Amino acid sequence: MLLMQDMTKSFLGIRVLHSVSLDLAPGEVHAVVGENGAGKSTLMKLLSGEHTPDGGRIEIDGTPVAFDHPAQAQAAGVGIIHQELALLPDRTVAENVFLGREPTRRGLVDRAAMARRTTELLAELHAEGIAPDTPVRELSVARQQTVEVAKALAADVRVLIMDEPTAALAEHEVATLFDLVRRLTERGLGILYVSHRMREIFALSQRVTVLKDGRLVTCLRTAETDVDAVVRAMVGRELSAYYPPRAAPGALGGPVLTVSGGGNDRLAGIELTVRAGEVLGVAGLQGSGRSALARAVFGADPFTRGRMTLAGREVRPRRPREAIRAGIALVGEDRKAEGLTLRQSVRDNTLLVTRAVGVGERAGATTVARLLERVRLAGGGGAGQEVRYLSGGNQQKVVIAKWLAARPRVLLFDEPTRGVDVGAKAAIHTLVRELAAEGLAVLLISSELPELIGMSDRVLVLADGRPAGELPAGPSEEEIMRLATSGADRAGAA
Amino acid sequence: MTATTATPIQARVRRGTALTRALGSALPVCALLLLLLAALAVTDAGFYEPDRFLAFVRRAAPLLLLAAGQYLVIVSGHFDLSVGAVVTTGVVAAAEIYHTYPGAHWLVVTVVLVAAGALVGLVNGLVTTGLGVPSFITTLGMMLILEGGVFYWTGGSPTGYLPDEFRAVGRQDAFGWLPWAVVVCAAVGAGVWWLMRSSWGRTLMATGDSERAAELSGVATGRVRTVAFVLSGAAAALAAVLVGGYSGVSAQAGSGMEFEAITAVVLGGVLLGGGRGSVLGAMAGAFALTALFTLLNLRGVSGALEPTVQGVIVIAAVALGAANFSRPRRRSPAPPAPPPAAPADRGPTQPSTGGPTP
Amino acid sequence: MTAASPSPALPAAAAPAAARWRRGLSDPAVGIWLAALGVTLLGWAVVAVRGGEFLTQPNITGILQNCVALGLIALGQTMVILTGSLDLSVAYLASLGTLVAAETMAGSDGNMVTAVVAVLALCAGVGLANGLIVTRLKVNAFIATLGVALILRGWIEDNYTGPAGDVSRSFQRLGYDRIGPVPVSVFLLVGVALALWFVLRRTRLGHHMYATGGDEHAARLSGVRTERTVVIAHVLCALCVGIAALFLAARFGAGSPWAGTEARYDLESIAAVVLGGTLLAGGRGGVVGTLGGVTVLAVLDSVFNQLAVDPFFKNVLRGVVIIAAVAVYARGRRSAGRNR
Repeated sequence: MLLMQDMTKSFLGIRVLHSVSLDLAPGEVHAVVGENGAGKSTLMKLLSGEHTPDGGRIEIDGTPVAFDHPAQAQAAGVGIIHQELALLPDRTVAENVFLGREPTRRGLVDRAAMARRTTELLAELHAEGIAPDTPVRELSVARQQTVEVAKALAADVRVLIMDEPTAALAEHEVATLFDLVRRLTERGLGILYVSHRMREIFALSQRVTVLKDGRLVTCLRTAETDVDAVVRAMVGRELSAYYPPRAAPGALGGPVLTVSGGGNDRLAGIELTVRAGEVLGVAGLQGSGRSALARAVFGADPFTRGRMTLAGREVRPRRPREAIRAGIALVGEDRKAEGLTLRQSVRDNTLLVTRAVGVGERAGATTVARLLERVRLAGGGGAGQEVRYLSGGNQQKVVIAKWLAARPRVLLFDEPTRGVDVGAKAAIHTLVRELAAEGLAVLLISSELPELIGMSDRVLVLADGRPAGELPAGPSEEEIMRLATSGADRAGAA
Repeated sequence: MTATTATPIQARVRRGTALTRALGSALPVCALLLLLLAALAVTDAGFYEPDRFLAFVRRAAPLLLLAAGQYLVIVSGHFDLSVGAVVTTGVVAAAEIYHTYPGAHWLVVTVVLVAAGALVGLVNGLVTTGLGVPSFITTLGMMLILEGGVFYWTGGSPTGYLPDEFRAVGRQDAFGWLPWAVVVCAAVGAGVWWLMRSSWGRTLMATGDSERAAELSGVATGRVRTVAFVLSGAAAALAAVLVGGYSGVSAQAGSGMEFEAITAVVLGGVLLGGGRGSVLGAMAGAFALTALFTLLNLRGVSGALEPTVQGVIVIAAVALGAANFSRPRRRSPAPPAPPPAAPADRGPTQPSTGGPTP
Repeated sequence: MTAASPSPALPAAAAPAAARWRRGLSDPAVGIWLAALGVTLLGWAVVAVRGGEFLTQPNITGILQNCVALGLIALGQTMVILTGSLDLSVAYLASLGTLVAAETMAGSDGNMVTAVVAVLALCAGVGLANGLIVTRLKVNAFIATLGVALILRGWIEDNYTGPAGDVSRSFQRLGYDRIGPVPVSVFLLVGVALALWFVLRRTRLGHHMYATGGDEHAARLSGVRTERTVVIAHVLCALCVGIAALFLAARFGAGSPWAGTEARYDLESIAAVVLGGTLLAGGRGGVVGTLGGVTVLAVLDSVFNQLAVDPFFKNVLRGVVIIAAVAVYARGRRSAGRNR
């Protein structure tokens, strides 16, 4: 159905794709994997019309096609669902679904037909609960993604590109997405599935194409291979252990951070203690209050009830500045929008907190060099480089370096490895463990259960803004999910 | 741990020395400035005689000051449309002060003016950051208020005069050869340059780049930006002293200067929307703009046509800047991703509009 | 599958009517019309206390008349601002429009059609230029339209030193005739407003304008020709300015180089749009709000006149009102953001 052959592309004279080929059959899920910078997104953008290829050819059903605007790709039946959803928050669901191809009658937009067909499409996706006239901003992320899928269906696409579709989803929402993908393939759509997550790839795809450094490494039948083989092909070496060892029980110090009876408009009855050297994992469904908890401790959306102590002293941060002064740091979930100032240099980003709040390390070149070495910023890019040119993994390391500069006592990580490639992920895991071993109290939020289980000394599970239970080191995914869904019927996400 | 080698930074091509990076965004304007200065030399052989050149510099000085102040506000992600009105108000107010207190010391008057300018900036800053009004509207309102106030106060024709000692800064030379205006500009330029290298400057730049990220990194974004507005107001008041000295009292002293200043700053490679640019570029932009006007004059272009040529050149210069230096701008949805850029690296924080985010 | 299958078990479908109500009330367009009503009542009360009468026929006519030129230009400005752009060239374009109209007519009714066509063609051309500079040359809209404004200004100042041309008698009726207390020009304004409202609400172009202003990247990825949309918005804006120029020419009886700049239509129109609740960043707002904003400014003006407020002091008050109104919106948006 789809054939891409010998695709090449250069940016500013640097070749980022070296004659990569790929094909797709109707009803097939074809996974595309590779580390950040391997060229998979560039390849997808050539297909979706966002970039024009320098060489190679694309055929759909045997007909050669060429796109230089997304509109042309859509007309040819190629749709893409981006990692950052391309929805307009202020417009309604129906307006979003039909954006760019509004049904018209006598030249005018037929709003009734638009609403009707949106309802039909959502029903096909088993998402009847979404009203077509709701502004998209009022929907949860998972529902917004459903709207994106409906949008692709409305365009009558036959090839659908899904770029890291689960990155913003909680575990149980992933299951819903899988159902969705299967339903789409039953309709005869071919799906190109870009993801870092091996479990999804093996659960969904028939074939997996591995890219590295802009070249095609191999294309494997998923049924005939295993995770290790794919990872080996991706990174070109074995990854021995996935997670660093946990702390020995005797190595933990006294309590550093405690919250009792903490609550605000999204949280209630939060009780937690994190000891020096400990990694406390926080699990929960999307909307269960995981991020709200981190933001409350950090003073971004502060607690309005309850007590919080830091190293025995009561603290009550009402804004990030105060939390930082008290020794709290937050590596947030949205690295680009909340963690970094993208047009500034690595150096300026590293020193931002220190300069703004006046705590921690002295602002200077040696401090930066030491911190960057500490977080193992890979490559010789230099501290003068703008952070937007770094890979996702390196960007995350800069965020961590920025917080280390403030010498915090409590480090909150919210989805620290989202959108980070396998190598950098392992490096971040090691770093988190090392920091804990140095006596920091770490709170780790992740929607990726294996990571949470592998990293945490204890796991706190939230449901509906309240603690649903606490599990000792090494719980099973089932235990976590049982607690997480215990009060989840009202958790807001379908 | 060998895993780190898996993600080398491949962006070597983008790298340069600290100097070229510092000049980076200001490079085109420097080229333009040299071109204009060369054209001036060709057009009029006598242009570089000390007297005439210094007169030219003196004429450029107020705009340079305004550009320096405006730069601080723009780089933080806002606009200051009130600076022209501040200049007018400053000149008229000085005349009124001398009308009432003929014997006032020039330094006192200058200090009072600068303080008043800073106060205007403070109001701009507090309304913008505290009440969340887009600065375009705040400073536009401030401009209406100040202009209305000046006319209300003077009835349309300002009275009073400025004594020579007050006008000395705008007209006289230090040590007999160096115009005071140059000294003031150099001092302000150096001051702003130094400020931008300080912690405050870095946090201001970070705020303009991404307000949310800055806020979550502990930057008191409102306070930092308010200071930028205050400095812009003070710089405008200082410019008023120069304008008053150079050309005397007029109720139109500063009209249109806000747009000239913004044009100069943008010409200097500073990104509207914030987060990028150097004060040297901004001031070079102001200098280039004045050189352009002078050149048009010398070329015998009718004074009436001057705006037309200015308009064409400004558009052309900014368009060229947009083409050559591939800075992500709001109208370039998919900036050519730099070589290794992880796909997700497309700039998600393009300034959303001609106006800063409300 | 029919449309009538909202599943009651899911929270998002719960009480959509209530949600719609809430959205309706927080709509700034509603607020600004309430404010217009409030200002009118207040004006009436204040003037009445002083022993005058506010809602007299000449006064109402005056207010409406004042609305027309600013209203037309602000409607045009609404189009570009919604699309995420801006037009600072409207004031000089309006001046030039009056000059072209008056000179082409040269006092003769026979030239009326030619003049109208000439003005609209000129404006469409300038709008096209604005749009292309913004989209093709990728110049920030602020700078692009400021540059075009300067170009127009130079042209005007080079060719005209004072009023020029002569508007034919029958065309001047557009400026002065009225039906009851309502000037005919108000119907022109209402007609243009209805047309634009219709464009925004019921055409694909309108939907694409909101989309482009809301998130240009997302719109482009959805297949919207964003550049074309921006260009068309600029042309529509300039055409509105052309219509305003024709009205102004009819009012003055001649072309005036200061027709647009004296009233500062560039900044005033933006103020009216923002006062009407349209987001300066684009993507949110509309025609109804803008008309409300224009009405508030016109009523205020009239109240100040009645009270014989010093015209310069009027400017001061106006500045305060604009800032205060936008501060109120910003507040509303902030608290809405928190509740999300």
